[in-house]
Amino acid sequence: MSDAPVLRIEGVRKHFGDREVLRGIDLEVHAHEVVALIGASGSGKSTLLRTVNLLERVDDGRIRLSDLDVTDPRVDADAVRARIGVVFQHYNLFPHRTVLDNVTIGLRRVHRVPKREAIERGTALLARIGLAEHANEYPDRLSGGQQQRAAIVRAIASGPELLLLDEITSALDPELVGDVLELVRELKDDGATILMATHEMSFAREVADRVVFLDDGTVCESGTPGEVFDAPRQERTRRFLERVRGR
Amino acid sequence: MTGRTTEAWRPSELELGRRAFRRRQTTKSVLVGAASTLVLAVLLWVSVINTPGWAQVQVTFFDPATAIEAFPRVWAGFLVNLQVLAFAVVAVAVLASLLAFVRTLRGPVWFPLRALAAAYTDLFRGLPLIIVLYLIGFGIPGLQGPTGVRIPAVLLGTVAIVLTYSAYVSEVIRAGIEAVHPSQRLAARSLGLSHGATMRLVVLPQAARKVSPALMNDFVAMQKDVGLISVVGIVDAVRAAQIETAATFNFTPYVVAGVLFVLLALPMIRLTDWLSARMLRREQQGGIV
Repeated sequence: MSDAPVLRIEGVRKHFGDREVLRGIDLEVHAHEVVALIGASGSGKSTLLRTVNLLERVDDGRIRLSDLDVTDPRVDADAVRARIGVVFQHYNLFPHRTVLDNVTIGLRRVHRVPKREAIERGTALLARIGLAEHANEYPDRLSGGQQQRAAIVRAIASGPELLLLDEITSALDPELVGDVLELVRELKDDGATILMATHEMSFAREVADRVVFLDDGTVCESGTPGEVFDAPRQERTRRFLERVRGR
Repeated sequence: MTGRTTEAWRPSELELGRRAFRRRQTTKSVLVGAASTLVLAVLLWVSVINTPGWAQVQVTFFDPATAIEAFPRVWAGFLVNLQVLAFAVVAVAVLASLLAFVRTLRGPVWFPLRALAAAYTDLFRGLPLIIVLYLIGFGIPGLQGPTGVRIPAVLLGTVAIVLTYSAYVSEVIRAGIEAVHPSQRLAARSLGLSHGATMRLVVLPQAARKVSPALMNDFVAMQKDVGLISVVGIVDAVRAAQIETAATFNFTPYVVAGVLFVLLALPMIRLTDWLSARMLRREQQGGIV
Protein backbone atom coordinates (compact mmCIF):
# COMPACT_ATOMS: atom_id res chain seq x y z
CA MET A 1 0.00 0.00 0.00
CA SER A 2 2.76 2.40 0.91
CA ASP A 3 4.30 1.75 -2.50
CA ALA A 4 1.29 3.01 -4.44
CA PRO A 5 1.55 6.78 -4.85
CA VAL A 6 -1.22 8.86 -3.27
CA LEU A 7 -1.57 10.67 -6.57
CA ARG A 8 -0.60 9.39 -9.99
CA ILE A 9 -1.17 11.57 -13.03
CA GLU A 10 -0.70 9.79 -16.36
CA GLY A 11 -0.62 11.60 -19.71
CA VAL A 12 -3.15 14.23 -18.71
CA ARG A 13 -4.27 16.63 -21.42
CA LYS A 14 -6.55 19.64 -21.22
CA HIS A 15 -7.45 22.28 -23.74
CA PHE A 16 -9.72 25.31 -23.60
CA GLY A 17 -11.01 25.98 -27.09
CA ASP A 18 -7.99 25.46 -29.30
CA ARG A 19 -5.59 26.46 -26.53
CA GLU A 20 -3.74 23.43 -25.23
CA VAL A 21 -3.03 24.05 -21.56
CA LEU A 22 -1.83 20.59 -20.55
CA ARG A 23 -0.12 18.50 -23.19
CA GLY A 24 0.47 15.14 -21.60
CA ILE A 25 1.50 15.47 -17.94
CA ASP A 26 2.95 12.58 -15.94
CA LEU A 27 3.45 13.11 -12.25
CA GLU A 28 3.41 11.12 -9.02
CA VAL A 29 3.07 12.25 -5.44
CA HIS A 30 3.87 9.68 -2.76
CA ALA A 31 2.63 9.58 0.80
CA HIS A 32 4.14 12.28 3.06
CA GLU A 33 5.79 13.88 0.07
CA VAL A 34 5.69 17.57 -0.82
CA VAL A 35 5.86 18.29 -4.54
CA ALA A 36 6.18 21.85 -5.79
CA LEU A 37 4.95 22.83 -9.25
CA ILE A 38 6.85 25.81 -10.61
CA GLY A 39 6.56 27.55 -13.93
CA ALA A 40 5.50 30.79 -15.57
CA SER A 41 1.94 32.11 -15.45
CA GLY A 42 -0.10 30.15 -17.95
CA SER A 43 2.17 27.13 -17.81
CA GLY A 44 -0.73 25.01 -16.59
CA LYS A 45 0.03 24.70 -12.85
CA SER A 46 -3.40 25.76 -11.65
CA THR A 47 -5.23 23.84 -14.36
CA LEU A 48 -3.37 20.68 -13.36
CA LEU A 49 -4.40 21.12 -9.72
CA ARG A 50 -7.99 21.70 -10.79
CA THR A 51 -8.08 18.53 -12.86
CA VAL A 52 -6.91 16.54 -9.82
CA ASN A 53 -9.80 17.90 -7.78
CA LEU A 54 -12.19 17.27 -10.70
CA LEU A 55 -12.95 20.96 -11.02
CA GLU A 56 -11.89 20.55 -14.65
CA ARG A 57 -12.51 17.45 -16.72
CA VAL A 58 -9.40 16.06 -18.41
CA ASP A 59 -9.45 15.64 -22.18
CA ASP A 60 -7.19 12.63 -22.01
CA GLY A 61 -5.05 10.65 -19.62
CA ARG A 62 -5.79 9.29 -16.20
CA ILE A 63 -5.57 10.49 -12.61
CA ARG A 64 -5.45 8.02 -9.74
CA LEU A 65 -6.02 8.90 -6.11
CA SER A 66 -4.49 5.95 -4.25
CA ASP A 67 -6.22 3.06 -6.03
CA LEU A 68 -9.15 4.96 -7.46
CA ASP A 69 -9.24 6.21 -11.05
CA VAL A 70 -10.89 9.57 -10.42
CA THR A 71 -11.18 10.37 -14.12
CA ASP A 72 -13.55 7.43 -14.57
CA PRO A 73 -16.96 8.99 -15.31
CA ARG A 74 -18.62 6.47 -12.98
CA VAL A 75 -16.77 7.94 -10.01
CA ASP A 76 -18.71 10.23 -7.66
CA ALA A 77 -16.83 13.52 -7.96
CA ASP A 78 -18.04 14.82 -4.60
CA ALA A 79 -16.69 11.75 -2.84
CA VAL A 80 -13.32 12.30 -4.50
CA ARG A 81 -13.29 15.98 -3.56
CA ALA A 82 -14.12 15.09 0.04
CA ARG A 83 -10.81 13.16 0.17
CA ILE A 84 -8.75 16.10 -1.11
CA GLY A 85 -8.10 19.43 0.61
CA VAL A 86 -7.70 22.54 -1.56
CA VAL A 87 -6.43 26.00 -0.67
CA PHE A 88 -6.95 28.77 -3.21
CA GLN A 89 -4.98 31.87 -4.05
CA HIS A 90 -7.75 34.18 -2.87
CA TYR A 91 -8.64 32.15 0.26
CA ASN A 92 -12.29 31.76 -0.85
CA LEU A 93 -13.58 31.73 2.71
CA PHE A 94 -17.37 32.04 2.85
CA PRO A 95 -17.94 35.69 3.84
CA HIS A 96 -21.39 35.05 5.32
CA ARG A 97 -20.16 32.49 7.84
CA THR A 98 -17.95 32.87 10.88
CA VAL A 99 -14.37 31.65 10.81
CA LEU A 100 -15.30 28.62 12.91
CA ASP A 101 -18.24 27.82 10.63
CA ASN A 102 -15.92 28.02 7.65
CA VAL A 103 -13.57 25.51 9.23
CA THR A 104 -16.30 23.10 10.35
CA ILE A 105 -18.74 23.24 7.41
CA GLY A 106 -17.08 20.36 5.57
CA LEU A 107 -16.85 18.27 8.73
CA ARG A 108 -20.51 18.78 9.54
CA ARG A 109 -22.18 18.81 6.14
CA VAL A 110 -19.99 16.38 4.19
CA HIS A 111 -18.42 14.11 6.76
CA ARG A 112 -21.42 14.21 9.10
CA VAL A 113 -19.34 14.78 12.19
CA PRO A 114 -21.62 15.64 15.15
CA LYS A 115 -21.83 19.36 15.89
CA ARG A 116 -20.10 19.25 19.25
CA GLU A 117 -17.18 17.25 17.93
CA ALA A 118 -16.86 19.39 14.81
CA ILE A 119 -16.72 22.53 16.93
CA GLU A 120 -14.13 20.95 19.19
CA ARG A 121 -11.93 20.01 16.27
CA GLY A 122 -12.43 23.36 14.55
CA THR A 123 -11.60 25.27 17.72
CA ALA A 124 -8.48 23.20 18.24
CA LEU A 125 -7.34 23.89 14.68
CA LEU A 126 -7.98 27.62 15.07
CA ALA A 127 -6.12 27.62 18.39
CA ARG A 128 -3.20 26.00 16.67
CA ILE A 129 -2.91 28.87 14.19
CA GLY A 130 -3.52 31.47 16.91
CA LEU A 131 -7.01 32.45 15.73
CA ALA A 132 -9.02 30.96 18.60
CA GLU A 133 -10.24 34.38 19.74
CA HIS A 134 -11.41 35.16 16.20
CA ALA A 135 -13.45 31.95 15.86
CA ASN A 136 -16.81 33.71 15.96
CA GLU A 137 -15.87 36.66 13.80
CA TYR A 138 -16.49 36.93 10.09
CA PRO A 139 -13.57 36.42 7.68
CA ASP A 140 -13.42 40.06 6.57
CA ARG A 141 -12.28 41.02 10.07
CA LEU A 142 -9.07 39.02 9.59
CA SER A 143 -5.90 40.01 7.78
CA GLY A 144 -5.08 38.28 4.50
CA GLY A 145 -2.54 36.06 6.21
CA GLN A 146 -5.02 35.07 8.92
CA GLN A 147 -7.68 34.37 6.32
CA GLN A 148 -5.34 32.19 4.34
CA ARG A 149 -4.32 30.23 7.42
CA ALA A 150 -7.99 29.77 8.27
CA ALA A 151 -8.52 28.54 4.71
CA ILE A 152 -5.69 26.05 5.18
CA VAL A 153 -7.15 24.61 8.37
CA ARG A 154 -10.55 24.47 6.65
CA ALA A 155 -8.90 22.33 3.97
CA ILE A 156 -7.22 19.98 6.46
CA ALA A 157 -10.05 19.80 9.00
CA SER A 158 -11.38 16.49 7.68
CA GLY A 159 -7.94 14.93 7.38
CA PRO A 160 -7.71 14.69 3.58
CA GLU A 161 -5.21 12.26 2.11
CA LEU A 162 -3.93 14.89 -0.31
CA LEU A 163 -3.61 18.65 -0.01
CA LEU A 164 -3.55 20.90 -3.08
CA LEU A 165 -2.18 24.42 -2.61
CA ASP A 166 -2.76 26.78 -5.52
CA GLU A 167 -0.34 29.72 -5.21
CA ILE A 168 -1.56 30.35 -1.72
CA THR A 169 0.78 33.26 -1.01
CA SER A 170 0.38 35.16 -4.31
CA ALA A 171 -2.33 37.47 -3.03
CA LEU A 172 -0.67 38.21 0.30
CA ASP A 173 1.38 41.17 1.43
CA PRO A 174 5.04 40.16 1.77
CA GLU A 175 5.09 40.47 5.57
CA LEU A 176 2.13 38.07 5.84
CA VAL A 177 3.64 35.35 3.66
CA GLY A 178 5.91 33.99 6.39
CA ASP A 179 3.15 32.83 8.74
CA VAL A 180 1.35 30.99 5.95
CA LEU A 181 4.49 29.24 4.78
CA GLU A 182 5.35 28.35 8.37
CA LEU A 183 1.99 26.59 8.64
CA VAL A 184 2.66 24.62 5.45
CA ARG A 185 6.04 23.61 6.87
CA GLU A 186 4.28 22.34 10.01
CA LEU A 187 1.84 20.33 7.92
CA LYS A 188 4.76 18.72 6.14
CA ASP A 189 6.31 17.84 9.48
CA ASP A 190 2.99 16.27 10.47
CA GLY A 191 3.28 14.03 7.45
CA ALA A 192 0.86 15.68 5.03
CA THR A 193 0.97 14.82 1.33
CA ILE A 194 1.05 18.05 -0.59
CA LEU A 195 1.01 19.11 -4.24
CA MET A 196 1.49 22.85 -4.49
CA ALA A 197 1.77 25.38 -7.27
CA THR A 198 4.00 28.19 -6.12
CA HIS A 199 5.93 31.28 -7.12
CA GLU A 200 7.98 31.15 -3.90
CA MET A 201 11.19 29.59 -5.17
CA SER A 202 13.03 29.79 -1.86
CA PHE A 203 10.12 28.12 -0.11
CA ALA A 204 9.91 25.39 -2.76
CA ARG A 205 13.62 24.78 -2.32
CA GLU A 206 13.32 24.57 1.43
CA VAL A 207 10.14 22.53 1.88
CA ALA A 208 9.59 20.49 -1.28
CA ASP A 209 10.92 16.96 -1.63
CA ARG A 210 10.59 17.29 -5.36
CA VAL A 211 10.27 20.22 -7.72
CA VAL A 212 8.49 19.93 -11.06
CA PHE A 213 9.02 22.62 -13.65
CA LEU A 214 6.06 22.96 -16.02
CA ASP A 215 6.56 24.75 -19.29
CA ASP A 216 4.11 25.07 -22.13
CA GLY A 217 1.84 22.38 -20.74
CA THR A 218 4.48 19.72 -20.29
CA VAL A 219 6.79 18.62 -17.48
CA CYS A 220 10.04 20.16 -18.64
CA GLU A 221 12.17 19.04 -15.74
CA SER A 222 11.73 17.47 -12.33
CA GLY A 223 13.97 16.43 -9.50
CA THR A 224 15.05 17.32 -6.00
CA PRO A 225 15.22 21.03 -5.26
CA GLY A 226 19.00 20.75 -5.43
CA GLU A 227 18.90 19.21 -8.88
CA VAL A 228 16.36 21.61 -10.36
CA PHE A 229 17.51 24.85 -8.76
CA ASP A 230 21.27 24.34 -8.65
CA ALA A 231 21.91 22.20 -11.70
CA PRO A 232 19.02 22.49 -14.15
CA ARG A 233 19.59 20.25 -17.15
CA GLN A 234 17.15 22.03 -19.46
CA GLU A 235 17.86 25.37 -21.05
CA ARG A 236 14.21 26.39 -20.53
CA THR A 237 14.48 25.73 -16.80
CA ARG A 238 17.65 27.82 -16.62
CA ARG A 239 15.97 30.70 -18.41
CA PHE A 240 12.94 30.55 -16.12
CA LEU A 241 15.09 30.49 -12.99
CA GLU A 242 17.06 33.47 -14.31
CA ARG A 243 13.87 35.44 -14.59
CA VAL A 244 12.55 34.68 -11.12
CA ARG A 245 15.89 34.81 -9.29
CA GLY A 246 15.68 36.49 -5.95
CA ARG A 247 12.25 35.17 -5.08
CA MET B 1 3.35 29.38 -25.67
CA THR B 2 -0.31 28.79 -26.39
CA GLY B 3 -2.52 27.49 -29.12
CA ARG B 4 0.19 25.18 -30.30
CA THR B 5 -0.83 21.96 -31.97
CA THR B 6 2.52 20.74 -33.16
CA GLU B 7 1.93 17.02 -32.73
CA ALA B 8 -1.59 16.14 -33.81
CA TRP B 9 -3.24 14.71 -30.71
CA ARG B 10 -5.52 11.75 -31.05
CA PRO B 11 -7.68 10.79 -28.08
CA SER B 12 -6.47 7.57 -26.47
CA GLU B 13 -8.58 4.42 -26.15
CA LEU B 14 -9.11 5.38 -22.50
CA GLU B 15 -10.52 8.80 -23.40
CA LEU B 16 -12.64 7.37 -26.23
CA GLY B 17 -14.08 4.87 -23.76
CA ARG B 18 -14.93 7.68 -21.32
CA ARG B 19 -16.58 9.68 -24.07
CA ALA B 20 -18.64 6.70 -25.18
CA PHE B 21 -19.72 6.17 -21.57
CA ARG B 22 -20.72 9.84 -21.21
CA ARG B 23 -22.65 9.67 -24.47
CA ARG B 24 -24.55 6.65 -23.21
CA GLN B 25 -25.22 8.47 -19.95
CA THR B 26 -26.55 11.49 -21.86
CA THR B 27 -28.81 9.31 -23.98
CA LYS B 28 -30.07 7.60 -20.86
CA SER B 29 -30.79 10.93 -19.13
CA VAL B 30 -32.68 12.21 -22.17
CA LEU B 31 -34.78 9.04 -22.34
CA VAL B 32 -35.52 9.10 -18.62
CA GLY B 33 -36.46 12.78 -18.87
CA ALA B 34 -38.75 12.16 -21.83
CA ALA B 35 -40.40 9.18 -20.16
CA SER B 36 -41.06 10.97 -16.87
CA THR B 37 -42.43 14.01 -18.71
CA LEU B 38 -44.77 11.79 -20.70
CA VAL B 39 -46.00 9.99 -17.60
CA LEU B 40 -46.66 13.26 -15.80
CA ALA B 41 -48.45 14.75 -18.82
CA VAL B 42 -50.69 11.70 -19.21
CA LEU B 43 -51.47 11.67 -15.48
CA LEU B 44 -52.41 15.35 -15.53
CA TRP B 45 -54.47 14.96 -18.66
CA VAL B 46 -56.35 11.92 -17.39
CA SER B 47 -57.05 13.52 -14.02
CA VAL B 48 -58.38 16.70 -15.67
CA ILE B 49 -60.65 15.03 -18.22
CA ASN B 50 -62.04 12.75 -15.54
CA THR B 51 -63.27 15.59 -13.37
CA PRO B 52 -67.07 15.61 -13.28
CA GLY B 53 -67.44 19.07 -14.84
CA TRP B 54 -64.84 18.66 -17.57
CA ALA B 55 -67.31 18.42 -20.46
CA GLN B 56 -68.98 21.66 -19.35
CA VAL B 57 -65.68 23.47 -18.77
CA GLN B 58 -64.41 22.38 -22.16
CA VAL B 59 -67.41 23.93 -23.87
CA THR B 60 -67.30 27.13 -21.81
CA PHE B 61 -63.55 27.82 -21.90
CA PHE B 62 -62.11 25.98 -24.89
CA ASP B 63 -64.69 26.27 -27.64
CA PRO B 64 -62.96 26.58 -31.04
CA ALA B 65 -65.92 28.22 -32.79
CA THR B 66 -66.19 30.94 -30.15
CA ALA B 67 -62.43 31.44 -30.26
CA ILE B 68 -62.44 32.01 -34.01
CA GLU B 69 -65.37 34.35 -33.81
CA ALA B 70 -63.89 36.41 -30.97
CA PHE B 71 -60.36 36.53 -32.32
CA PRO B 72 -60.62 39.66 -34.56
CA ARG B 73 -61.98 41.83 -31.75
CA VAL B 74 -59.57 40.49 -29.15
CA TRP B 75 -56.69 40.97 -31.60
CA ALA B 76 -57.74 44.57 -32.27
CA GLY B 77 -57.72 45.15 -28.51
CA PHE B 78 -54.37 43.45 -28.21
CA LEU B 79 -52.89 45.95 -30.67
CA VAL B 80 -53.93 48.70 -28.26
CA ASN B 81 -52.03 46.87 -25.52
CA LEU B 82 -48.98 46.71 -27.77
CA GLN B 83 -49.10 50.44 -28.44
CA VAL B 84 -49.39 51.22 -24.76
CA LEU B 85 -46.49 48.86 -24.07
CA ALA B 86 -44.28 50.47 -26.72
CA PHE B 87 -44.78 53.96 -25.33
CA ALA B 88 -44.55 52.84 -21.73
CA VAL B 89 -41.22 51.04 -22.22
CA VAL B 90 -39.52 54.15 -23.54
CA ALA B 91 -41.08 56.42 -20.93
CA VAL B 92 -40.22 54.06 -18.08
CA ALA B 93 -36.60 53.79 -19.25
CA VAL B 94 -36.21 57.56 -19.26
CA LEU B 95 -38.06 58.32 -16.04
CA ALA B 96 -36.53 55.44 -14.10
CA SER B 97 -32.97 56.35 -15.12
CA LEU B 98 -33.62 59.91 -14.11
CA LEU B 99 -34.99 58.86 -10.72
CA ALA B 100 -32.09 56.48 -10.12
CA PHE B 101 -29.58 59.15 -11.04
CA VAL B 102 -31.23 61.70 -8.75
CA ARG B 103 -31.07 59.25 -5.87
CA THR B 104 -27.33 58.81 -6.33
CA LEU B 105 -26.58 62.55 -6.26
CA ARG B 106 -24.30 63.50 -3.37
CA GLY B 107 -24.22 66.73 -1.41
CA PRO B 108 -26.71 68.70 0.69
CA VAL B 109 -27.82 70.93 -2.19
CA TRP B 110 -29.55 67.99 -3.79
CA PHE B 111 -31.39 66.91 -0.65
CA PRO B 112 -34.86 68.09 -1.76
CA LEU B 113 -34.54 66.30 -5.10
CA ARG B 114 -33.24 63.14 -3.43
CA ALA B 115 -36.06 63.21 -0.91
CA LEU B 116 -38.64 63.76 -3.63
CA ALA B 117 -37.32 60.84 -5.66
CA ALA B 118 -37.27 58.63 -2.58
CA ALA B 119 -40.84 59.60 -1.67
CA TYR B 120 -41.92 58.93 -5.24
CA THR B 121 -40.49 55.41 -5.33
CA ASP B 122 -41.91 54.67 -1.87
CA LEU B 123 -45.37 55.84 -2.92
CA PHE B 124 -45.61 54.11 -6.27
CA ARG B 125 -44.04 50.87 -5.17
CA GLY B 126 -46.55 50.75 -2.36
CA LEU B 127 -49.66 51.63 -4.35
CA PRO B 128 -51.38 48.77 -6.16
CA LEU B 129 -51.29 49.42 -9.91
CA ILE B 130 -55.05 49.08 -10.17
CA ILE B 131 -55.58 51.91 -7.69
CA VAL B 132 -53.13 54.12 -9.60
CA LEU B 133 -55.12 53.34 -12.75
CA TYR B 134 -58.39 54.39 -11.11
CA LEU B 135 -56.88 57.54 -9.57
CA ILE B 136 -55.25 58.70 -12.81
CA GLY B 137 -57.90 57.39 -15.18
CA PHE B 138 -60.84 58.97 -13.40
CA GLY B 139 -59.15 61.59 -11.19
CA ILE B 140 -57.34 63.57 -13.88
CA PRO B 141 -60.45 64.01 -16.07
CA GLY B 142 -62.32 64.99 -12.92
CA LEU B 143 -59.85 67.78 -12.22
CA GLN B 144 -60.86 69.54 -15.42
CA GLY B 145 -64.46 69.90 -14.44
CA PRO B 146 -67.21 69.65 -17.00
CA THR B 147 -65.58 71.97 -19.57
CA GLY B 148 -62.08 70.60 -20.16
CA VAL B 149 -60.66 68.96 -23.24
CA ARG B 150 -61.11 65.19 -23.03
CA ILE B 151 -57.82 63.40 -22.50
CA PRO B 152 -57.92 59.97 -24.18
CA ALA B 153 -58.24 57.15 -21.64
CA VAL B 154 -55.41 55.26 -23.38
CA LEU B 155 -53.01 58.09 -22.57
CA LEU B 156 -54.10 58.15 -18.92
CA GLY B 157 -53.75 54.39 -18.66
CA THR B 158 -50.26 54.59 -20.13
CA VAL B 159 -49.32 57.30 -17.65
CA ALA B 160 -50.48 55.18 -14.73
CA ILE B 161 -48.37 52.24 -15.89
CA VAL B 162 -45.35 54.45 -16.46
CA LEU B 163 -45.66 55.99 -12.99
CA THR B 164 -45.82 52.63 -11.26
CA TYR B 165 -43.17 50.81 -13.25
CA SER B 166 -40.71 53.71 -13.17
CA ALA B 167 -40.65 53.36 -9.39
CA TYR B 168 -39.76 49.66 -9.58
CA VAL B 169 -37.26 50.00 -12.39
CA SER B 170 -35.49 52.97 -10.83
CA GLU B 171 -34.87 50.89 -7.71
CA VAL B 172 -33.41 48.09 -9.84
CA ILE B 173 -31.12 50.54 -11.61
CA ARG B 174 -30.09 52.10 -8.30
CA ALA B 175 -29.27 48.67 -6.88
CA GLY B 176 -27.11 48.08 -9.96
CA ILE B 177 -25.29 51.38 -9.50
CA GLU B 178 -24.59 50.54 -5.88
CA ALA B 179 -23.45 47.02 -6.78
CA VAL B 180 -20.56 48.37 -8.85
CA HIS B 181 -17.55 48.05 -6.59
CA PRO B 182 -16.50 51.38 -5.01
CA SER B 183 -12.95 50.81 -6.24
CA GLN B 184 -14.22 51.39 -9.78
CA ARG B 185 -15.48 54.82 -8.76
CA LEU B 186 -12.22 55.58 -6.97
CA ALA B 187 -10.21 54.63 -10.05
CA ALA B 188 -12.39 56.80 -12.30
CA ARG B 189 -12.28 59.82 -9.98
CA SER B 190 -8.49 59.42 -9.61
CA LEU B 191 -8.20 59.90 -13.35
CA GLY B 192 -9.96 63.24 -12.92
CA LEU B 193 -13.33 62.18 -14.32
CA SER B 194 -16.25 64.15 -12.88
CA HIS B 195 -19.13 62.54 -10.98
CA GLY B 196 -21.28 62.66 -14.11
CA ALA B 197 -18.58 61.30 -16.40
CA THR B 198 -17.75 58.56 -13.90
CA MET B 199 -21.40 57.55 -13.86
CA ARG B 200 -21.79 57.63 -17.61
CA LEU B 201 -18.51 56.01 -18.66
CA VAL B 202 -17.71 53.63 -15.82
CA VAL B 203 -20.53 52.95 -13.39
CA LEU B 204 -23.69 52.78 -15.54
CA PRO B 205 -22.29 50.40 -18.18
CA GLN B 206 -21.25 47.95 -15.46
CA ALA B 207 -24.50 48.46 -13.55
CA ALA B 208 -26.56 47.76 -16.67
CA ARG B 209 -24.79 44.45 -17.12
CA LYS B 210 -25.44 43.47 -13.53
CA VAL B 211 -29.14 44.27 -13.53
CA SER B 212 -30.19 43.38 -17.06
CA PRO B 213 -31.88 40.11 -15.97
CA ALA B 214 -33.86 41.99 -13.31
CA LEU B 215 -34.80 44.70 -15.81
CA MET B 216 -35.97 42.16 -18.35
CA ASN B 217 -38.03 40.53 -15.64
CA ASP B 218 -39.74 43.85 -14.92
CA PHE B 219 -40.33 44.25 -18.65
CA VAL B 220 -42.03 40.87 -18.84
CA ALA B 221 -44.20 41.81 -15.86
CA MET B 222 -45.13 45.04 -17.58
CA GLN B 223 -46.08 43.22 -20.79
CA LYS B 224 -48.94 41.55 -19.03
CA ASP B 225 -49.84 44.37 -16.66
CA VAL B 226 -50.76 46.54 -19.67
CA GLY B 227 -53.84 44.29 -19.72
CA LEU B 228 -55.01 46.10 -16.58
CA ILE B 229 -55.66 49.35 -18.44
CA SER B 230 -59.02 47.88 -19.37
CA VAL B 231 -60.32 49.01 -15.96
CA VAL B 232 -60.35 52.67 -17.06
CA GLY B 233 -62.61 51.89 -19.99
CA ILE B 234 -60.09 51.21 -22.74
CA VAL B 235 -61.13 48.51 -25.17
CA ASP B 236 -57.94 46.48 -25.07
CA ALA B 237 -57.59 42.71 -25.39
CA VAL B 238 -58.98 42.05 -21.91
CA ARG B 239 -61.97 44.37 -22.29
CA ALA B 240 -62.67 43.06 -25.83
CA ALA B 241 -62.68 39.53 -24.42
CA GLN B 242 -65.01 40.66 -21.63
CA ILE B 243 -67.44 42.16 -24.17
CA GLU B 244 -67.41 38.97 -26.25
CA THR B 245 -67.92 36.88 -23.15
CA ALA B 246 -70.86 38.99 -22.06
CA ALA B 247 -72.46 38.51 -25.47
CA THR B 248 -72.01 34.75 -25.74
CA PHE B 249 -71.82 33.61 -22.09
CA ASN B 250 -68.70 31.72 -23.10
CA PHE B 251 -65.30 32.37 -21.48
CA THR B 252 -63.21 31.26 -24.44
CA PRO B 253 -62.35 34.87 -25.47
CA TYR B 254 -60.47 35.30 -22.18
CA VAL B 255 -58.43 32.24 -23.02
CA VAL B 256 -57.71 33.71 -26.45
CA ALA B 257 -56.50 36.95 -24.86
CA GLY B 258 -54.44 34.99 -22.34
CA VAL B 259 -52.75 33.01 -25.08
CA LEU B 260 -51.87 36.23 -26.91
CA PHE B 261 -50.22 37.67 -23.78
CA VAL B 262 -48.26 34.48 -23.20
CA LEU B 263 -47.06 34.46 -26.81
CA LEU B 264 -45.95 38.06 -26.39
CA ALA B 265 -44.01 37.28 -23.23
CA LEU B 266 -42.36 34.04 -24.35
CA PRO B 267 -39.60 35.48 -26.58
CA MET B 268 -38.65 37.94 -23.85
CA ILE B 269 -38.61 35.26 -21.17
CA ARG B 270 -36.39 33.02 -23.31
CA LEU B 271 -34.09 35.95 -24.11
CA THR B 272 -33.79 36.76 -20.41
CA ASP B 273 -32.89 33.18 -19.56
CA TRP B 274 -30.35 33.06 -22.34
CA LEU B 275 -28.73 36.33 -21.30
CA SER B 276 -28.55 35.29 -17.65
CA ALA B 277 -27.00 31.97 -18.59
CA ARG B 278 -24.45 33.69 -20.76
CA MET B 279 -23.48 36.14 -18.02
CA LEU B 280 -23.17 33.29 -15.57
CA ARG B 281 -20.84 31.45 -17.92
CA ARG B 282 -18.75 34.55 -18.42
CA GLU B 283 -18.35 35.33 -14.75
CA GLN B 284 -18.11 31.81 -13.43
CA GLN B 285 -14.62 30.48 -12.96
CA GLY B 286 -15.68 27.28 -11.28
CA GLY B 287 -14.94 24.95 -14.19
CA ILE B 288 -17.53 22.22 -14.29
CA VAL B 289 -18.92 22.58 -10.77
